Amino acid sequence: METAQEVVRLKEIARNTRKLILESLAEAGSGHPGGSLSAVELLVTLFFHVMHYEPKDPKWPDRDRFFLSKGHAAPLLYSILAQAGYFPVEELMTLRKTGSRLQGHPSMGIPGIEAPAGSEGIGLSLAVGTSLAAKLDGKPYRTYVLMGDGEQQEGQVWEAAMAASKFRLDNLTAIIDRNGIQQDGLTEQIMPLEPLAAKWRAFNWNVIEVDGYDFNQIMDGFDLAASTRNRPTVIIAHTVKGKGISFMEWSPHYHGTAPSKEKLSDVLSELK
Amino acid sequence: MSSKQAAMRDAYGEALLELGATNKDVVVVGADTTGSLKSGVFASKYPERFFNVGIAEQNLVSIAAGLALAGKIAYAGTYAIFVPGKSVDQIRNNIAYPNLNVKIVCSHGGISVGPDGASHQQVEDIAIMRAIPKMKVIVPADAPSTKGAVKAIATIPGPFYVRLTRPSTPIIYESGFEYKFGEANVLRDGSDVALFACGIMVPEALKAADSLKAKGVSAAVIDLHTIKPIDSDTVTKFAQKCGRVVTTEEHNVMGGMGSAVAEVLGERCPTLMKRVGVMDTFGESGDAGELLKKYGLTSADIEQAALGLSKVR
Repeated sequence: METAQEVVRLKEIARNTRKLILESLAEAGSGHPGGSLSAVELLVTLFFHVMHYEPKDPKWPDRDRFFLSKGHAAPLLYSILAQAGYFPVEELMTLRKTGSRLQGHPSMGIPGIEAPAGSEGIGLSLAVGTSLAAKLDGKPYRTYVLMGDGEQQEGQVWEAAMAASKFRLDNLTAIIDRNGIQQDGLTEQIMPLEPLAAKWRAFNWNVIEVDGYDFNQIMDGFDLAASTRNRPTVIIAHTVKGKGISFMEWSPHYHGTAPSKEKLSDVLSELK
Repeated sequence: MSSKQAAMRDAYGEALLELGATNKDVVVVGADTTGSLKSGVFASKYPERFFNVGIAEQNLVSIAAGLALAGKIAYAGTYAIFVPGKSVDQIRNNIAYPNLNVKIVCSHGGISVGPDGASHQQVEDIAIMRAIPKMKVIVPADAPSTKGAVKAIATIPGPFYVRLTRPSTPIIYESGFEYKFGEANVLRDGSDVALFACGIMVPEALKAADSLKAKGVSAAVIDLHTIKPIDSDTVTKFAQKCGRVVTTEEHNVMGGMGSAVAEVLGERCPTLMKRVGVMDTFGESGDAGELLKKYGLTSADIEQAALGLSKVR
């Protein structure tokens, strides 16, 4: 497919993804819109352009693996998995409700979910584990993990970063949703991360920086990651918390506050 | 009980070697203590299936979880003070919650670690691990049962915690015995008092039973190696039969095996009992034998507890 056409296709999926995130959060009455909306284009590109998987056979051994390390972005991942065909889109409206498969943070038992998430800082280590197993088994699958930027404050992230470069895991790609905001405020005020790219370079990672809303840059980033040998790649994606909804953008409040049902139609009208 | 002694850690290494030969899915993850734990012998034979993550216990647990997610049976371990000590969240959320095939085997449980002191003497691990849903907990009594347990759990899906001890310990089980997960081993029958023991307290309980016998007290000795799920039927049966119970473990009396026994008996067969263990305190540096004496973890302490109970009417 022509790149321009592909971008149009991905943009449409992204628009629908934002709609599903907001609808499911409004129905749930609680949850985390900010960090779900910021990373939409990253996961849309991964799931609808990059990764190999089989929704009718979720445990296909050769599937690419995806770990959501920033587990609070569950509404984003659920919206993606539903559109990919892992479960019915209607099920998104059961998010966070008693008896639903769609737990507030990802858990086993949801088709397409590889591991539970919710405790920050541990997804990269899981990804190191599956990447090691792929090498051991001579399997071609790749492992992807989406981390938050606030999460970079967790020490275990750097334990895993060291291990991934020690074991030369070129089948592992980490993505950082660098939206600059965490629950209590700006990352650079709460616990500064910069120079973030230099930190990852110092840990012997291949570092790629992209605009988190430029599909061409994102696609090129994943291509470059896949062709890099002998070391893991981290894609630092510069993003905006709450992207797409004016009053949620750059707002720590909407890290963990769902849109109200009453306001939903106004909110959705903002989606381009 | 044989007069011979052997190290549980050596048995762990031997079990890993045998598992490595028969099951290609077995992998081992270590954290800079693999020489001490003897998991290093697996590294020499199967280097491609061995991963040393350095001094990073949280990463150790989560990488083992990742390997299990990809179909491996991951044995991960270090000293018990660090796992579970420094990695409870990873054990809970990465291993137990998704019910993964990770077998955590850690050495240096209890105060018999000795000269390293309280910072290295883990007396809370059984309580921590027992409280995590889906986690199963084993505290073997000697080297042969360690080997049996480590091999047996490879074939039982899900997460396990196996707690080993640093010093060599008396051999209780003859080679050739079959380890059975979840089934308490009745080492000696008795009718006056039931002594439930685990780990290095099993040989002490046997000694105490000998001494009690000389004083006309018939003591049953039960090796409660599987602490979770506990063998409730055997616990209840011997409590009913003897009417008095002593538990003994190299662990805080709060939350460990004694607590597990009390939970069973409180619901099924309220029985007069005494817990012999670490009395909710930290250890200190010293010779292992001297520390066990100082902290009330000897056959004499068990005997005294049993005699004290038999005076209660």
